Amino acid sequence: MSGGAPILSVRGLAKNFGALAVTRNVDLDVAKGARIGLIGPNGAGKTTLVNLLTGMLSSDAGEITLEGARIERMSPEKRVHRGLARTHQINTLLMEANARDNVAVAVAEREKYAWRLLRYGPQWRACLDEAQGYLEETGIGHAGDRRVSLLPYGEQRLLEIAIALSLKPRVMLLDEPGAGIPSSEAHLIHDALGRLPADIAILLIEHDMDLVFKFAKEIVVLVLGAVLTRGPPAQIAADPRVRSVYLGRSVA
Amino acid sequence: MSAIPQSKSDEPSALWHALPWLLALAFFFLADGYHSLGVNILIMILFTLSLDLALGYAGIITLGHAAFFGFGAYAAGLFNLHVSADPLLGLAAATLAAAALGLVTGALILHTRGETLLMLTLAIAAILHEAANHMRDLTGGDDGLAGIRPGAVFGLFRFDLWGKTSFLYCLGVLFVWFLISWRVVRSPFGRSLDGVRQNAKRMRAIGTPVWLRLVAMYALSAAMAGTAGALSAQTTRLVGLSVFELLTSGIVAVMLVLGGERRLYGAFVGATIYVLVQDVAGAINPFYWMFVIGILLVAIVLFFDGGLMGVIETARRKLRRGGAPGAAP
Amino acid sequence: MRAVTILLDGVAYGMILFIISVGLTVTMGLMRVVNLAHGAFAMLGGYVATALTLKGVPFLVSCLLAGAAAGAAGALAEVTVFRPLYRKAELQHVLLTIGLCFIAIAALTLFAGSTPLPAIVPDWLDRMVDIGYRSYPLYRLFLIGVGAVMALGVWLIMERTLFGAKLRAAVDDAQMARAVGINVSRLFFLTFTGGCALAGFGAAVGAGIMPLEPFYALRYLVYFLIVVAVGGMGSFRGSLAAALLIGVVGTAGRYIVPQFGGFLLYLLVFGLLLWRPNGLLPPKSAA
Repeated sequence: MSGGAPILSVRGLAKNFGALAVTRNVDLDVAKGARIGLIGPNGAGKTTLVNLLTGMLSSDAGEITLEGARIERMSPEKRVHRGLARTHQINTLLMEANARDNVAVAVAEREKYAWRLLRYGPQWRACLDEAQGYLEETGIGHAGDRRVSLLPYGEQRLLEIAIALSLKPRVMLLDEPGAGIPSSEAHLIHDALGRLPADIAILLIEHDMDLVFKFAKEIVVLVLGAVLTRGPPAQIAADPRVRSVYLGRSVA
Repeated sequence: MSAIPQSKSDEPSALWHALPWLLALAFFFLADGYHSLGVNILIMILFTLSLDLALGYAGIITLGHAAFFGFGAYAAGLFNLHVSADPLLGLAAATLAAAALGLVTGALILHTRGETLLMLTLAIAAILHEAANHMRDLTGGDDGLAGIRPGAVFGLFRFDLWGKTSFLYCLGVLFVWFLISWRVVRSPFGRSLDGVRQNAKRMRAIGTPVWLRLVAMYALSAAMAGTAGALSAQTTRLVGLSVFELLTSGIVAVMLVLGGERRLYGAFVGATIYVLVQDVAGAINPFYWMFVIGILLVAIVLFFDGGLMGVIETARRKLRRGGAPGAAP
Repeated sequence: MRAVTILLDGVAYGMILFIISVGLTVTMGLMRVVNLAHGAFAMLGGYVATALTLKGVPFLVSCLLAGAAAGAAGALAEVTVFRPLYRKAELQHVLLTIGLCFIAIAALTLFAGSTPLPAIVPDWLDRMVDIGYRSYPLYRLFLIGVGAVMALGVWLIMERTLFGAKLRAAVDDAQMARAVGINVSRLFFLTFTGGCALAGFGAAVGAGIMPLEPFYALRYLVYFLIVVAVGGMGSFRGSLAAALLIGVVGTAGRYIVPQFGGFLLYLLVFGLLLWRPNGLLPPKSAA
């Protein structure tokens, strides 16, 4: 664990769907610049946890603290403005707009330009310029003028990351950034993740173990909505319990 | 087709922009005897433009836009009868009244989506229809609100019998609202709403207060529809209960789709064609125009997504690029 | 005692609303098609029944033939214009079906003129009967009876037949229904046809309290849509409850506060929809 007070801290987080407990008493500390991998078998409640953190779902119990402020009752958009950004497992993009506009709209929202109706020329141009920067940072600088629906799937995944990045988050939740990408394009995601700014704390949910073990400094294993264990990748890889519930199954 | 032009080559040339206004001026000088028809077209363009903002760009599915048109019309009429005859003051009052109605009703209903939203917008127009019907002392009930006598515009230009002043007055008001719309749909605000229409989940994930932004756009659109209603009250000097009818809301949606949504100029094409068909076919048989419009609607939905402006744009692109495939529709 | 009269009037009115709207609620629940032309199919039935009755065909036979005619028109429309519509957005549904309404209004005016049609309630129904404390129009009791029979019939089909079971499954989750091999398109075709037939029949028998005229298709459309929205799209029980509620509240409003009857009704609808956006008794999937 890296030192210093955590940016994001979760205590006793719980969520039930009827009688089914999908998140059970989860504690989590995310330090500045952390690289945490969140793994677990299907149905372990990984995406539910992301939805609780971002506010797309409301929790039944527990505390979520972001930079000292309690956020578990805040609306999703307030949490975004406080520095919590996410990407989606399935692309959630504006398919009719071009790639640069997708990012620029997010920049405008971050800068509170999105309430400008009549006077916006310089501000919008600044948003577009900044947007281009994020596209280049994620390796899709060439795609700015192209309509999103015409981009290859891998580039759409990268665009998701570029948008999250443009929100200048303190914590970024990446929900399976590699999902659905052909293995020939997987290196694009590896590279983009490697280039993410060091000061942003990142929580990565991923099925691609290769990616997780290369990227994460710490791994949290979620089983049936509860934290089974956590530790550095080497320790997790050697843990027999993890092997039995997770790795064992995928290796077999 | 994306709502907002993505690159310079998508933007029509200056000549195209000037064309509708030049045509309107030519109409003014050449079409003696048809000015009141022209006034009707201009008002319907403005009404359609207002729906394009809410329904076209922001994706707010509504069948109750007549509520704002009618509210603006009654507000302008009552203002004229009880407060002041100055037409511009009346216009401003009606616009603000409609905006306020849009703000309140929008705040109530815009957390719903799809068919429920459709029914709620319908119910609001129906409530206003009933209210106007029963508040006879104020609105004249089903006899309509009569006796509206607007004073001279700027204290200088009296409304004449032939509708010449009305025509220029409406053209000026339409031009102002058009410029506002033009700016708004390209603004960060407009783009964020275009984003909400495409994918509300995405917009929430980047921190957009979706509901609040929809309410703002709805109120803006309501204001514009209110202006259109006020112009109608001032130029025809009468407000009838039919302004609140489902048919009125339906017709404006028809005009929008005839011309093409999310194109601004689509409102010009759609409203003009609708009013002309109604006028020409209606002169032959009052029900004939409904038949023609009905056939047009079915054909457009089934065969021409993007309305008539869509057809024009595709043709224009093909001409310029020598038949190169344009952006997918 | 006046309360009983209001209740009877309201139930009679609600039953007609139910017969006409039940098809709409099932088709909208099944395919999410916003069908504003439903009133046009009802109207068509009413016109056919009137024409037949005036030619001397017995009233009940005319009403049944009216249902057949409206059903045939619905079947034709489903195959030609509705099928391409399923994959399009709500706005396209609204516009195309408004277009159909316009065409129907214009066509019926061409054939039958723009004035309201004469009432076709036969003499044997058009009289008063003693109901204990006062005399009451037999026609309205007849409507209540017809409505009850229809509701029972629809209920039996929905709950006791294989067709009904498939239909309920498809309304709850069309994708899942397809996955288990239910032919949802065919189901929709049959439901659409049946719904239009019921609407045509309803408009024909109910013409005595909902007079037929060319704008019928739009005038009463608001009520049909309200029944669907308030009851919960795709919900048979919901549409019955909503139709009776609207019939009774609307009638009571007109009797007790004639000034604000309609106003109160719409306000109630507005409040109900805000309170329960999915309707009073939505099917499982929407709850």
